Amino acid sequence: MEYLPNILFAVILAAGIGYFAKNVKKLIRNIKLGRDVDLSDNKSERFKSMAMIALGQSKMVRRPVAGILHIIVYLGFIIINIEVLEIIIDGLFGTHRIFSGIGATYGFLIGAFEVLALLVFVSVIVFWIRRNIIKLKRFWKAEMTSWPKNDGNFILYFEMVLMTLFLVMNAADVHFQAMNSGNVISQFIAPWFGGFSEGTLHFIERGAWWFHIVGILVFLNYLYFSKHLHILLAFPNTYYGKLAPKGQFNNLESVTNEVKMMMDPNIDPFAAPAEGTEPAMPEKFGASDVQDLSWVQLLNAYTCTECGRCTSECPANLTGKKLSPRKIMMDTRDRLEEVGKNIDANNGEFKADGKQLLGDYISTEELWACTTCNACVEACPVSIDPLSIILEMRRYLVMEQSAAPTELNNMMTNIENNGAPWPYSQMDRLNWKDE
Amino acid sequence: MSEVLKVPSMAECMAEGRQPEILFWVGSAGSYDDRAKKITRAFVKILNKANVDFAVLGTEESCTGDVAKRAGNEFLFQMQAVTNIEILNAYDIKRIVTACPHSYNTLKNEYPQLGGHYQVQHHTQFIDELIQSGRLKLERENTFKGKRITFHDPCYLGRANDVYEAPRALLQTLGVELVEMKRHKKTALCCGAGGAQMFKEPEKGDKDINVLRTEDALETNPDIIATGCPYCNTMMTDGVKVKEKDADISVLDVAELIANAQNL
Ligand code: SF4
Ligand code: SF4
Repeated sequence: MEYLPNILFAVILAAGIGYFAKNVKKLIRNIKLGRDVDLSDNKSERFKSMAMIALGQSKMVRRPVAGILHIIVYLGFIIINIEVLEIIIDGLFGTHRIFSGIGATYGFLIGAFEVLALLVFVSVIVFWIRRNIIKLKRFWKAEMTSWPKNDGNFILYFEMVLMTLFLVMNAADVHFQAMNSGNVISQFIAPWFGGFSEGTLHFIERGAWWFHIVGILVFLNYLYFSKHLHILLAFPNTYYGKLAPKGQFNNLESVTNEVKMMMDPNIDPFAAPAEGTEPAMPEKFGASDVQDLSWVQLLNAYTCTECGRCTSECPANLTGKKLSPRKIMMDTRDRLEEVGKNIDANNGEFKADGKQLLGDYISTEELWACTTCNACVEACPVSIDPLSIILEMRRYLVMEQSAAPTELNNMMTNIENNGAPWPYSQMDRLNWKDE
Repeated sequence: MSEVLKVPSMAECMAEGRQPEILFWVGSAGSYDDRAKKITRAFVKILNKANVDFAVLGTEESCTGDVAKRAGNEFLFQMQAVTNIEILNAYDIKRIVTACPHSYNTLKNEYPQLGGHYQVQHHTQFIDELIQSGRLKLERENTFKGKRITFHDPCYLGRANDVYEAPRALLQTLGVELVEMKRHKKTALCCGAGGAQMFKEPEKGDKDINVLRTEDALETNPDIIATGCPYCNTMMTDGVKVKEKDADISVLDVAELIANAQNL
């Protein structure tokens, strides 16, 4: 019986980590549903942007209030989690504050954790106020209904509770308070429990300890379902972020091959394929569903924090159009999840469900409202490129469906006929010289 | 009919057996759009004044395909690109200067994958270089000195290619009072023309983007709104008209400011 808590702890820990691992596997599988792109280039430059943007939060501070608060929560969260190591060892081996033996350093560490915990708590409250009382515009746009809105608040409640439990655990720890080293914050909470018997205090301390670690495991498993996944994916996502100038749109190789064939007088486009070679399936141009996007674009979708910085700078959205780059990312993730569940339910094979990203999630009206201005890409604190998805879907509309707006079709016909988007003769190109 | 400009074509240079220092890529707007043609002429006046040995493709130039690519027609874009690259490479072009940020971006960033490798500059960068190297001398005493001017960053020059300083440096040389809009450089708001929007009606909304951007500019209380893109120029000019400010505020390209300041 003596080992019951230890065994219970081990079971909970294994279950928590096991379920998380299972979801990580699913996540990776879903991301790999995307088309392949080779991003093994420029390793040092990529590490640099990851260090600057994800680790160094360089883009967060462009909006100073949110940026600084976010850095507190981010640092606090990472640093306080060092304490989890002690909790796990204590839990598994039935020890109590195993590291306290290291003396003054321990006091210093826990003291720092306590200060951070308080700072995190306060920051999270401010975040909550910004969302729910001040109602910052970007948190109340059309796509921020039900789940996305609740998700944002749940995370804040989670953090409030976890920080409180950590401080209460320390405050109710008679032993730790007696040491009087490191209880920088908790010493002010301890008096609240002044009249309690030692037994009650022990019960509170144990309770807080258990809730704290179970809370962390629940939180870990909540990530997969939440925008909070960014705390993990921000790192790979910034690593694989676009390095080329923002104005450079990718070259479609499949088109290049066809254009070369058409332009090369030595190739007969109607010739039968050479013996033994399969006639190549013409590749689908552009994207109508998530599988047509690249794996980086799918990684982008899972990384999106739904912060809305992109949308709040988007000229189309600012002038009341339906387009919202954040919604593009959220739709992509939702559809990808749907496809993933479909695969799970059908023994690893995707069964056509009569739905797709284009039309069922993202409308053509949204796609055609984009000015390709790159404001969203510039604003995103975790290097997401919503514009690339918009472009890929336009490509599908135009090249697979010939479904561009009429005016654009006219413009393109002009280019084909006379090399300019207007119906002027190419022979008049130099007329400006003498006007 | 204004004064005669020296505008040699590549075909003429070829016939004379010489290679000009730069190719001036005029672009479709610069060739056909009445407002943009004035910018083209202003830039050529500067080139003539500084005795720059340049040439244009003239009737051999064709749309870069930028707008087709952004509309999603990669096919048409690549056809245009390959055709242009064939001509550029046949003339052995090394350096290109253009007054259109869209051409600039496409030539510089999207032609290399299709076999077109050139050193490409926006006209503001090139003019800045002419001044730095002493080839072009500007009078500090000029009609624009002390005027309040705000600069609208074209998306395809600024955010797309991180060129923010060259146009501003030129305005500074004119001794103007440069006032920045709240959203400028990296956070500049689009004029609403990019991504093929220039050629279609906007989607349903509650405002036109160019009006919103003009409001940004008007907040700075400018005498002149300067920009560096023919499409931005059209959008801002229309915006100023909507706001009924066209009697007091003009929209000018940086090249026009320089040419006018020097009475070219
Ligand atoms: S690129 Fe398109 S989606 Fe992104 S901010 Fe500009 S208009 Fe909006
Ligand atoms: S794409 Fe980037 S900026 Fe936009 S909501 Fe997601 S994380 Fe925020």
